[in-house]
This record gives sequence, C-alpha cells and structure tokens, in this order.
Amino acid sequence: MNLNATIFGQSIAFFFFVWFCMKYVWPPIVAILEERQKRIADGLEAAERARVDLEKAQAESADQMKDAKVEAAALIDQANKRANQIVEEAKEQAREEGKRIIAGANAEIEQEINRAKEHLRAQVSSIAIAGAEKILEKSVDQAANEEMLNKLASEL
Amino acid sequence: MASAGPEGAEVAQTATEYVSHHLGFLRYGRTEDGTWGFAHSVEEADAMGFWAINVDTMLISVLLGLLFVGVFRFCIKNATVENPSMFQNIIESIVEMVQNSVNSSFDHKNNLIGPLALTIFCWIFLMNTMDIIPVDWIPLLAQTVAGDSHLYFKAVPTTDLNITMGFAISVFFLIIFYSIKMKGLGGFLGEFAFQPFGKWAVPLNLLLELPGFLAKPVSLGLRLYGNFFAGEVIFLVIALLGWYQLPLHFGWAVFHILVITLQAYLFMMLTIVYLNQAHSHH
Repeated sequence: MNLNATIFGQSIAFFFFVWFCMKYVWPPIVAILEERQKRIADGLEAAERARVDLEKAQAESADQMKDAKVEAAALIDQANKRANQIVEEAKEQAREEGKRIIAGANAEIEQEINRAKEHLRAQVSSIAIAGAEKILEKSVDQAANEEMLNKLASEL
Repeated sequence: MASAGPEGAEVAQTATEYVSHHLGFLRYGRTEDGTWGFAHSVEEADAMGFWAINVDTMLISVLLGLLFVGVFRFCIKNATVENPSMFQNIIESIVEMVQNSVNSSFDHKNNLIGPLALTIFCWIFLMNTMDIIPVDWIPLLAQTVAGDSHLYFKAVPTTDLNITMGFAISVFFLIIFYSIKMKGLGGFLGEFAFQPFGKWAVPLNLLLELPGFLAKPVSLGLRLYGNFFAGEVIFLVIALLGWYQLPLHFGWAVFHILVITLQAYLFMMLTIVYLNQAHSHH
C-alpha cells in the first residue's frame, strides 16, 4: 500500500471546497434557477389568466350583441306596428271625412232641389195664370183668383 | 522520451524506466538521513513511510479545486435571471443535472448534499480530465520550471490512491456523521447488531453488516483509482510507440472521455445514495 499523509491533505482540501461550494457557489446559482422558474410560472399564469379574461369578454360581447339584436328586432317590430296603426287611423279618418263631405254635399243638393222646387212652383203658378188668361181670353181679376191659384200652387 | 527505438534489452530497460518514472511521485517527507526534503528516487519515496506528502498530485488537486470554484464564482458574478449567457447556461445545466440527481436519489432535507455532489462531480471530472493531456506535457513543464530533468511529477490526481481515498474517507466520515446525527449512536450501531436476523444473532449480524459498511469507502476509492491508474498505464505504453502513438492516443483519449464523465458521475451518485442510506431508518 502506498498510502501517506496526502490522504489527510486531500480530505482537508475536500472539506474546504465543499464548504466553499455550500456557502458561495450553490446558493446563488440555485437562487437564480428558482427565480427564473418562478418568473416563467408567473408569466404562464398571467397568460392563462389573460386567456380566460379574453374568453369571458368574448362571451360577454357575444351576449350583448345577441341582446342588442333582439332589442333592435323588437323596436323594428314595434315601429312597423305603429306605422300600420297610423296608416289605419289615417284611412279611418279619411273615410269619415269623405262620408262627412258626401253628407254635406247631399244636404246641399237637397237644399238646391228644394230651392229649385220652390222657384219652379212660383213660376208654375204664373205660367198657369198666363195660360188661363190665354184660355179665357179675357182678363181675369187677378185679385179674385189669387186665392184659388195659391191653393193650386201649394198642391203642386 | 516518447520515442524509444525498437531494439534490444537496453530499450526494454528504457521503456520500464520511462513508465516507472512516470508512475513515481514528487514526494516530500523524511529522507533516510533524517532530514526533510523531496525524494529523488522511487525507492527513497517508498522509504518515507506514512508521514510524507505527494506534492504533485496534491498541488494539481488543489489547483483544480480552485479552478472549479473560480469558474463558478466567475459565472455567478456575471449571472442574470433574464438573459443568461452561453457560459451561464452551461454552468446552470451542470447544477441542474446535479440537482436532478440529488432530487431523484435523496429523500431527505439536507443543504449539504447539493453542494457536496456538485463539488465531487466537478472536481473529480477536472482531475480525470488531466488524463487527456498527453502524458509528458505536464511533467516536462514541471521539470522545466524546477530546472531538474529527473523530477518526478504525476499530473493526474485520480491516479494517486491517496487522492481517491481522501475523497472516499471524507464521504465515509460524512456517512458516519449523518448516521449518528439522524439515528443516534445506538440506532447507528443497532443497524449492524440487530439486522438482518434480530437480536439473538448479534455476531452473525455483525459479520454480515460490517464488511458491507466498510466496503463502501474502499470500493469508492479503489474504483476511481483503478480506472485511472490503469488508463494512465495504457497511455504511458502508447506513448512509447513513437509516431504510432498519435492515432492510438487519440482513440484511447476519446474512449477515456466516456470514462472520465462516467466515473465522476458514478462517484457523485454513490455518495448521494450512501448518504441517503445514512439518513434513512432501515
């Protein structure tokens, strides 16, 4: 065997380097590795959170869009209904107005007819008198016959 | 030195000398005349006994340890969370590899295990990598610096049993320390005495459990040493082949890239597993 005190020297050196490594080499490197791991994990977590947020926002916007569409459809429907109603009302009004105008015209016509009748009646009596004058060839006392003629005229 | 001619007994002598010179240590200790100093031959080095130190492997070992902490500290100084450089990525991937190994094999909470595993892996990896450097370069450099062309200098620390056993007994010490810390002295000793056959077969239990326990550091240290000592000897033999060594050295070095990483990883994993056992109650 060729063992000598080098074995102790090596052991001392060994414990020195292990101590040095334990104090000044291992902890800083492991700290850097852990810090980087933590940052990567944080970054991934943030990305995941952002993805979830985005999904939620997309779902929300789709919901809002659907609501808006339904609302818009309802408004258009309502507007159409209202327009129809207005048209119907206008038609009704026009019809009534027409009726009223027709009624007015009818009344006026009636009045005109009556007036014409009256006029005619008055003329008929004078024509009848003139006719009778001609027939009788003699002047009839107008005053004496007036009563009879008026009676005739009212019978017309 | 690397080119020995193909003729006769004298050449064989030269080759033997070459290999054994490369396997010798630059050892500092008490020489036969009672003074302290460097050994000048393998025999002199062997005669120094236990109280001597292999200056070459110890020096390279400490320099590589400093290189390891220096490179990592340099990386930390310029490290950022958001924008890591290529260099930082490499360092981080090593740390993550070690961290994953610890997480997969170690079930307890202990802040020592991560840095321990990282130090073992990186340091042994660097020591093993010295293997790839052509066998003459570093000794030649040392000889030039020292101004002594006969200087012994062993450049690969893991080819020195002292270095590998230094690792192994340090880990063994930690195993004992944490076993006693987690289970108490009684619990720790009880595992040898009362398993696997219960308290009526204490001697048999000791006979079964103790060798297995003691084999842990021995196998750890010897496995690493054996792999790299053998690899080094092959490198030395290849280096004797003159120009033919170039493709052979390349092939063996490529194969050793695998061994270097594998052995460093294996030492680290076994350390983690042994310490996990030390923390667990059986």
